[in-house]
Amino acid sequence: MNELQDLYREVILDHNRQPRNFGEIEDADRIVEGVNPLCGDKMTLYVKLDGDKVSDIRFQGTGCAISVASSSLMTERVKGATVEQSLRLFDRVHEMLTAPDSTEPPQELDKLAALSGVRESPTRIKCASLAWHALKTALTESAQEVSTE
Amino acid sequence: MSAAAESSRSTRRRDIAALRADFPALAQRVHGKPLAYLDSAASAQAPEAVIEAIAEHQRHNHANVHRGVHRLSERATEAYEGARGRIRQYINAASAEEIVFTRGTTESINLVAASLGSGLKAGDEVLISWMEHHSNIVPWQMICAKTGARLVPVPITGDGEIDLDTFDRLLNERTAIVALTHVSNALGTVNPVAELTAKAHAAGARVLLDGAQAVPHLRVDVQALGCDFYAFSGHKMYGPTGIGVLYGKRDVLDAMPPYQGGGEMILTVSFEGTTYNGLPYRFEAGTPNIAGAVGLGAAVAYLDAIDFEALARHETALLEYATDRLREIRGARVIGTAKHKAGVLSFVLGDVHAHDVGTIVDAAGVAIRTGHHCAMPVMQWFGVAATARASFALYNNRDDVDQLMDGLAQAAEMFA
Repeated sequence: MNELQDLYREVILDHNRQPRNFGEIEDADRIVEGVNPLCGDKMTLYVKLDGDKVSDIRFQGTGCAISVASSSLMTERVKGATVEQSLRLFDRVHEMLTAPDSTEPPQELDKLAALSGVRESPTRIKCASLAWHALKTALTESAQEVSTE
Repeated sequence: MSAAAESSRSTRRRDIAALRADFPALAQRVHGKPLAYLDSAASAQAPEAVIEAIAEHQRHNHANVHRGVHRLSERATEAYEGARGRIRQYINAASAEEIVFTRGTTESINLVAASLGSGLKAGDEVLISWMEHHSNIVPWQMICAKTGARLVPVPITGDGEIDLDTFDRLLNERTAIVALTHVSNALGTVNPVAELTAKAHAAGARVLLDGAQAVPHLRVDVQALGCDFYAFSGHKMYGPTGIGVLYGKRDVLDAMPPYQGGGEMILTVSFEGTTYNGLPYRFEAGTPNIAGAVGLGAAVAYLDAIDFEALARHETALLEYATDRLREIRGARVIGTAKHKAGVLSFVLGDVHAHDVGTIVDAAGVAIRTGHHCAMPVMQWFGVAATARASFALYNNRDDVDQLMDGLAQAAEMFA
């Protein structure tokens, strides 16, 4: 697999072409703005909570394929999970994105392992992590703007 | 010096296409492909003559300037002032006192905004355009916030040219400073700055021109332009980073308060008071970037030996070729279609994000810039978040363009 195919895996291209959970939640409990200052890309994350469960999660905004696919994959995976499970997932994804190139992503990440291709393109790690930082902020703090810088 | 002069003479006789061989960085491969460097508007590669001049200075002449009486300090001073003299001659400033060394265009503009701008009053206006780089927006915003002056941006047309009628309308007796880019970094537009400078002067305003993108492509004559200030950077004209120039008319600079305080910019210091040094040293506090100035001097010597008419023909032909070939790429749209352009092809590729375009062509060995190009208002004006930008320098050729187009075709296919 060459670098390009490793970065733009089919699952990434698919989620970029047809992002899941794209849109707004009108009665969201948490709204977080994520900004990537490198490119000016913005995404807004909407989270609806039911007790300790993420009952609904959506996102809106513009971004590169990596950032859109990451947001899409994240919402797909987190929807229905508990806050604790979601935060644990954040840690696993964060570890994967910052691990050395050769590290095999843990099994539990499943489809999210497709994001590991960014490790060879250091400037693109921020694109993949933006949505996840927004998620962490949404689940741990009162909603505010997050930045990948 | 004599080696540089000799290389200058030999360059004059050489074809523009042959100059590529002077740039060692271009001989490398990236991702296993020959490097097609199309990001010179961000930073141009340096010719061997510049690299060698810096190395030679560091090897033999490194010392502080204007300080010691020893041999090395004398040589360093001679080299530093020699570079200033060469730059003065190159841009046709009236005297070397009008050439202030800075870290680059950004610092040059900040210097003028902070120093000249300190005289702004509430109600005064600073006129800029929508196509400015952030470095010609933010320093003015800062001084306007401090003084109560108002920042007024002139709109641009759909082709990416300054809207001249609106410029005329917005220019008035309250306009204290007009700050415009000579060539747009995001669009490539060459602005009619001599004409706009004359109009601004007629309205009683001072004029600063951001020449960062102009100096690599045009022979600039500051006296012919008539501007009060002309700012540019070394690394966009084949010199090193961390060195740039502020040209300022002597009488205007003379009336301005100092920018930074420290050594070099003073004559005497006591706790009762300090007397400031004359021009240009009053604006050069601290030990300057001496090796950088030497490198910039070598870059100017290199450019001085080039036939700029032949260079313009070469770069225009390349830009036209690239613009034509871009039409073959599905979904490609050029941003910035001014009649008079220099060296820049900014474009979007359908729905494909500029960063993805940049990554895909990088894998094909092609270096381009992607993003907002530090000109977010321009992006806002054209309703795009980001563009991909290929920029051309004297060393680029059709092979570089072909390599870019192959990469773009691949990107279009991948995201189809």
